[in-house]
Amino acid sequence: MPALPVGEAVPDDGSLPGWLADVPPAAPGLGLYLHVPFCRVRCGYCDFTTYTAAELGGGADQAGYATTASLEIALAARTLSSVGRARSLSTVFVGGGTPTMLPTSDLARMLATARDELGLDPDAEVTTEANPDSVDEAALERLAEAGFTRVSFGMQSAVRHVLATLDRTHDPDRVPQVVAWARRAGLAVSLDLIYGTPGETVEDWRRSVEAALETGVDHLSAYALVVEDGTRMAGQVRRGLLPAPDPDDQATKYELVDELASAAGLAWYEVSNWARPGAACRHNEAYWRGSDWWGVGPGAHSHVGTPQASVRWWNVKHPRPYAERLARHRTPAAGRELLDAASVALERTLLGVRVAEGLAVQSLAPGGRTAVAGLVADGLVDGAAAVRGRVVLTRRGRLLADAVVRALTA
Amino acid sequence: MSPIPNAAQVATIAPAATPPHLLRNFCIIAHIDHGKSTLADRMLQLTGVVDERTMRAQYLDRMEIERERGITIKSQAVRMPWAVAEPGGGSQAYALNMIDTPGHVDFTYEVSRSLAACEGAVLLVDAAQGIEAQTLANLYLAMEQDLAIIPVLNKIDLPAAQPDRYAEEIAGLVGGDPEDVLRVSGKTGAGVAELLDRIVAEVPAPVGDADAAARAMIFDSVYDTYRGVVTYVRVVDGHLSPRERILMMSTRATHELLEIGVISPEAIPTQGLGVGEVGYLITGVKDVRHSKVGDTVTNQSKPAPQALAEYHDPKPMVYSGLYPIDGSDYPVLRDALDKLKLNDAALAYEPETSVALGFGFRVGFLGLLHLEIVRERLEREFDLDLISTAPNVVYTVTMEDRTVHQVTNPSEFPGGKISEVREPVVRATVLAPSEYIGAIMELCQSRRGELLGMDYLSPERVEMRYTLPLAEIVFDFFDQLKSRTKGYASLDYEPAGDQASDLVKVDVLLQGEQVDAFSAIVHKDKAYSYGVAMAGKLKELIPRQQFEVPIQAAVGSRVIARETVRAMRKDVLAKCYGGDITRKRKLLEKQKEGKKRMKTIGRVDVPQEAFIAALSTDSGKDDKAKK
Repeated sequence: MPALPVGEAVPDDGSLPGWLADVPPAAPGLGLYLHVPFCRVRCGYCDFTTYTAAELGGGADQAGYATTASLEIALAARTLSSVGRARSLSTVFVGGGTPTMLPTSDLARMLATARDELGLDPDAEVTTEANPDSVDEAALERLAEAGFTRVSFGMQSAVRHVLATLDRTHDPDRVPQVVAWARRAGLAVSLDLIYGTPGETVEDWRRSVEAALETGVDHLSAYALVVEDGTRMAGQVRRGLLPAPDPDDQATKYELVDELASAAGLAWYEVSNWARPGAACRHNEAYWRGSDWWGVGPGAHSHVGTPQASVRWWNVKHPRPYAERLARHRTPAAGRELLDAASVALERTLLGVRVAEGLAVQSLAPGGRTAVAGLVADGLVDGAAAVRGRVVLTRRGRLLADAVVRALTA
Repeated sequence: MSPIPNAAQVATIAPAATPPHLLRNFCIIAHIDHGKSTLADRMLQLTGVVDERTMRAQYLDRMEIERERGITIKSQAVRMPWAVAEPGGGSQAYALNMIDTPGHVDFTYEVSRSLAACEGAVLLVDAAQGIEAQTLANLYLAMEQDLAIIPVLNKIDLPAAQPDRYAEEIAGLVGGDPEDVLRVSGKTGAGVAELLDRIVAEVPAPVGDADAAARAMIFDSVYDTYRGVVTYVRVVDGHLSPRERILMMSTRATHELLEIGVISPEAIPTQGLGVGEVGYLITGVKDVRHSKVGDTVTNQSKPAPQALAEYHDPKPMVYSGLYPIDGSDYPVLRDALDKLKLNDAALAYEPETSVALGFGFRVGFLGLLHLEIVRERLEREFDLDLISTAPNVVYTVTMEDRTVHQVTNPSEFPGGKISEVREPVVRATVLAPSEYIGAIMELCQSRRGELLGMDYLSPERVEMRYTLPLAEIVFDFFDQLKSRTKGYASLDYEPAGDQASDLVKVDVLLQGEQVDAFSAIVHKDKAYSYGVAMAGKLKELIPRQQFEVPIQAAVGSRVIARETVRAMRKDVLAKCYGGDITRKRKLLEKQKEGKKRMKTIGRVDVPQEAFIAALSTDSGKDDKAKK
């Protein structure tokens, strides 16, 4: 699991700095992220905050989780309104873990709490993640009825040996089935894929992307496998049981998914995300645009900002202290950081450059502006967009986005 | 009767008042580890100069590095009283001056000056190992100066000692009977008293003109934090007294003689030094360059018409660039070199800048050991982390328009039309068991060596003489020699002029930009292998960049080797872990910090570690542990 950042302490009641009340937010909209920290099995590559039933003792079990999370949603409403930032939600995203480990009624109850405490825009985007083998047609219908508009399935691959290496238990043949059920229920559907798994060939990857696109989804996410320290897979790589992912191979696969998705009518709108026009994930976009969002759940991160300064905070990781703190009406936040103008500007570049609409050249510091010409010459930044005053990454530039950011912020 | 003189006897050998016929000046010629310092300790004890209680093992080797490496860098002189039974009964006291000599080939000039201060030499050989090449070289020097040689086998207490075998070898070298070779043990003290008796009997007394103008030869000078420069001299003619003004004949500089005395074993001021005596002078100067080894000291008011020998400055043979790893340490390095210079007349340096390594110094050394010692002292005594560039020799480049360049750094190698390049050569002597003749010949041939001759010292041991370019020796020759002979071969060399050679400069280019630190001057036939090796090494060391980086090795405009660091294709973190943007921003800040520590050559970011790894020789690293 990723270590939490080191930050300053958060007041016991979780209150936010008063200066937030005087300045308008950096971007419109308010998002809610709801983390569900449970999985049936723990996958070898995963370092997200999640636990299996066997890993959890009493007091932090799945049965009580919706109630505990609802306490934090109420806290969010109180805290945000004290600095004038309580607005109705434009997006809700339930992630994990495996949200569908909870009964659909629990997911519906948490959404209802959010609607009661903060309000929900009429056109709000409400997504939940799901595993292909943890939902059926009825469950999907109930989610739609409860107000969910979108579901994102963790498909990862269409190839059995790749799924096995990833410890994924679902039958790849089930994916077209669950996608069809979800669409029939009126839900927008996205598929998540992982590329660069040890043992995956370029042909394996092509099969996976083609299988995903054949389901007719209008949104696709593809993430390069990262072997994180402390995961079971990292141990297997260290002991030579699995080869480490090869960045060149991952680059080839990225180029392939970008080609196939584009050909199928899904354009990239963020480095790792493709969608048909109008089908981009608005919750996801909010992260890159620096909007306000509140993250509910163990290990969840939140952000409330202004164009000049902002606050980021993060919750304790384990479900038990998380539940205990909320039961005592204390904030579950473990720490926070206050970002000054320079850090806010750095983040704006870091995040903004990753989206297809790009970044205004004018928003860069003089050194960064000077670097744009060289990046265009190197084929990393789109020349025509640069002439129009936007920094937009080329396909090669997307693969080297971190290097581009270093150049733009040097 | 005790060989330690009594009070009445001591009076007859008082410093400044000892008649020359009661003086004996000698040195010990020995290889590293053959037990010279232990034997010297035993002599100091036997003559009562140092008692058991104050005895510090290896009293004469003062500096920490000398003690650790078991070698003597700076020589000193100790005066010891010793009484010998007279044929008619009674005994006669003598004053023995033991002059310690540096044992290494890099310090040949200092050795020759130390020998010039003596009338005799103890040839000390390990009874388990036999004579080594460096000892042989110093023995030749001593014999050339007509010193009386007393051959001695040491460590006869060792189980592995083969005194009979090596006595024969030594007798063959110095002439005489194997029975004349004395057998001692510095460790147990066996035979040491007999050795002192032999010194009195066989080393000639010094001869000089007591009434002539004073002439004393400087054979060493050392910087002392409290006293300034302490100069060690051997008086040849006349007399030196306290408070008089002295004249250094090579520089014509004059100084007041603040203190004069003998070492026994601590400094003891005296009323002066007379003919044949050995002692020290203090004039208050702060830089050893004012007291040059080999120079003649005379009296300013009554100067000698002629110096004892022609003085020549020690000439650096090997150059290397020294750079602080942390650029902000440059002033510390400069101060450290200034301080070392006070005690090391042979150290020469000037500021140098390298595109790759920043600010540093080009430093001249007498040889590789000298380089290593200086580098180690800088790191240890001044807490510096240094990169040293590959050592190189001094080339004389004559252009077609007859202009001449002295090149101490490959980056100064001139472009344009060159008519001749000359490089220094050495005469090298290798002593080794005869079974390694083939391996040694192969090595020397691959290093452009020319066999001058070969002699068997015994049926098992052979002496091989070669002419070799110094440049071929300064890199890893000694390491190679040791590894090909299982450590049995020993090496000595002395400068032997220079020769015209077919030499070229190989440049290394990163994306078309020349990197000065990697340039080298090599023989034409080796340019290709150097180029291929360096390009291959850099390919492994330079991290992938956003663009392809060609690495080329070139002679002039002709590319002789080429490698490519492929462009990095992926440098992006795909995911934000549950909105953990803090983590992502901190990662970026860390990456930017890392970039600051890189050197940029053209557009290529090269980590400092790559330079260090590319410039260090792998074999050299291994060997350090072995030595």
